[in-house]
Amino acid sequence: MSVRVHVPRDATALSLGAERTARAIAAEAARRGIAIELVRTGSRGLFWLEPLVEVEVASPAGATRIAYGPVGADDVAGLFAAGFLHGGEHALRIGRIEEQPYFARQERLVFARVGVVDPVDAADYAAHGGWRGLRNALAMAPAEVVQVVVDSGLRGRGGAAFPTGIKWRTVLDAPAAAVPADGVPRKYVVCNADEGDSGTFSDRMLMEGDPYCLIEGMAIAAHAVGATQGYVYLRSEYPHARRALEAAIAGAYAAGWLGADVGGSGRRFELELRIGAGAYVCGEETALLESLEGRRGQVRAKPPLPALRGLFGRPTVVNNVISFASVPAILERGAAWYRDFGSGRSRGTLPLQLAGNLRRTGLVEKAFGVTLRELLYDYGGGSLSGRPIRAVQVGGPLGAYLPESQFDLAIDYEAFAAIGAMLGHGGIVAFDDGVDMLEQARHAMAFCAAESCGKCTPCRIGSTRGVELIDRIRAGGARERDLALLEDLCRTMRHGSLCALGGLTPDPVLSALAHFGEDFARAP
Amino acid sequence: MAVEPIPLKAPRPRDPAAGAAPDVLAAVDAALDANRAREGALLPVLHAIQDRLGWLPPETVALVAHGLNLSRADVHGTISFYPHFRTHAPGRRIVRLCRAEACQALGARELEAHARRVLGIDFGRTSADGAVTLEAAYCLGNCGCGPAVLVDDDELHARVTPAAFDAIVRDAREALR
Repeated sequence: MSVRVHVPRDATALSLGAERTARAIAAEAARRGIAIELVRTGSRGLFWLEPLVEVEVASPAGATRIAYGPVGADDVAGLFAAGFLHGGEHALRIGRIEEQPYFARQERLVFARVGVVDPVDAADYAAHGGWRGLRNALAMAPAEVVQVVVDSGLRGRGGAAFPTGIKWRTVLDAPAAAVPADGVPRKYVVCNADEGDSGTFSDRMLMEGDPYCLIEGMAIAAHAVGATQGYVYLRSEYPHARRALEAAIAGAYAAGWLGADVGGSGRRFELELRIGAGAYVCGEETALLESLEGRRGQVRAKPPLPALRGLFGRPTVVNNVISFASVPAILERGAAWYRDFGSGRSRGTLPLQLAGNLRRTGLVEKAFGVTLRELLYDYGGGSLSGRPIRAVQVGGPLGAYLPESQFDLAIDYEAFAAIGAMLGHGGIVAFDDGVDMLEQARHAMAFCAAESCGKCTPCRIGSTRGVELIDRIRAGGARERDLALLEDLCRTMRHGSLCALGGLTPDPVLSALAHFGEDFARAP
Repeated sequence: MAVEPIPLKAPRPRDPAAGAAPDVLAAVDAALDANRAREGALLPVLHAIQDRLGWLPPETVALVAHGLNLSRADVHGTISFYPHFRTHAPGRRIVRLCRAEACQALGARELEAHARRVLGIDFGRTSADGAVTLEAAYCLGNCGCGPAVLVDDDELHARVTPAAFDAIVRDAREALR
């Protein structure tokens, strides 16, 4: 029997040389005349160990995987010599990943299969518990499915944290609308896979590592609200995720989980992948819908809510990748099981992403309630540069910069909101003491100016004026007056913008000013 | 006696295909044929053309507008809104450098300055020898291992130092020979 060897095809693993490693393993096995089965998986999310190679070996408890990492192409011959195909000793031997503290202390609900299964093999997905949630859902009435999601306490993981079940109920209760073009009444399910926030990559990892889970979640949503057509709107910066999703959607059609008769239920659900075109603002749901309709990604005024008048004016569920991917397990194991994770009004788990200047970056899926300090030091291992961590930005480019005095904050939607910060999509970017916080504030304004859709004035013009003001502050002169003006400008943007881009850009700017004011007082 | 109506001053619509290069016509036709039936077909059509030609030559605007029954303003406005769509022919390799915060925390600003200096161009431009087009990305999703660079939608690089960037450019130039 051939030995099964797992090498990730996740984009981060590839960027660290996983393709060369995989080729070297195949070549060395061929040279030695050993039959191996090379399985390309997602990433386990421990990036300092990538490329991480896992070998399946027999043990008294059944087949288990022994990990080696980071395995460069040059290490491969030595690993074969050390008998790594049977779990042999070697300097790079890690043992079972499940026993690594970084991994063992996580609660992997959404990411249970990522790094474990062959992402594009529908049979492997089924063998690892796939489709059970959808099967259960199809045996229930739509309103019952919605109730399970309401009871689970799941809130939108894209950043806004709106209760997913309530959104679904609104769409379920809305009559399917016909449009003049074809006169067919229809509802839509749309996945927002436009993961543009810096410091976030959980959507990407899930789509590359377990795309069937997203498809299953969307099919459950379609049944729950009565939708027949779905779209995944994926950003163009994710070519690897695109390839994985294309293969998985084709695989799901072939296996009968998409199409005219989903899982033999007699219900139709068609799913299509659409690619964005580099506009950050298309991560805002109404801009995303405009883009899907084939127009400039300009934000729509709300109301009407997309749930009532969304894509092509029809009732539409728009959820983030992780929101959809959380649903199959909830339908499989029940609302109470999911609800038992977390704290306060933040239930379940959040896949957190450790990024920037940290030693052990990667994916940490934890129940709500873990503190920022634990994530930065116990998991992240402190800064990569070895210098003190000075600032942390949570929640992407629109998230506040937090100083060391706030590191004991718990990961919880309400706790973050209480200090004027946001959890967003769970990205955590650490900066060491080399960071210039005035530059970061300037970048926030410049980014907003570059990405503004142009529809509302506070965002379109305010961001440009913000860059100019910060440049003036750096140059010196009437600093007090300019700082007061900057705060006033931020107030206008926060209250006067149409969407979160202009409305939240003041958060990184004002938090940088509040906590790192010394950087704004420095001479140029 | 019937009075011949005075024709309104409506010029005959210009043939959108007039003057278009054959490869552009073929790319547009293929893109329209493959995508016309989709809802909101404009972005898929533009992607299909750019995937084949590397950019959207000026004549695509009228051709696509005609093919999808849109105004040329609709098509031009959509193309100009999205940074992904190129209105200039790119070099033979497209090097996208991440300028977002997580990469900044690991030296992306210095890398950016280095890239502009060694290539002698700004973002959105192509090096004089036609080898490399330098583009900015606001997050490539490799935030745990920055600074990140993506070459041709295919090769993602991690922890890119100035020396590693030079090697990427060298590879791009050698690949041409």
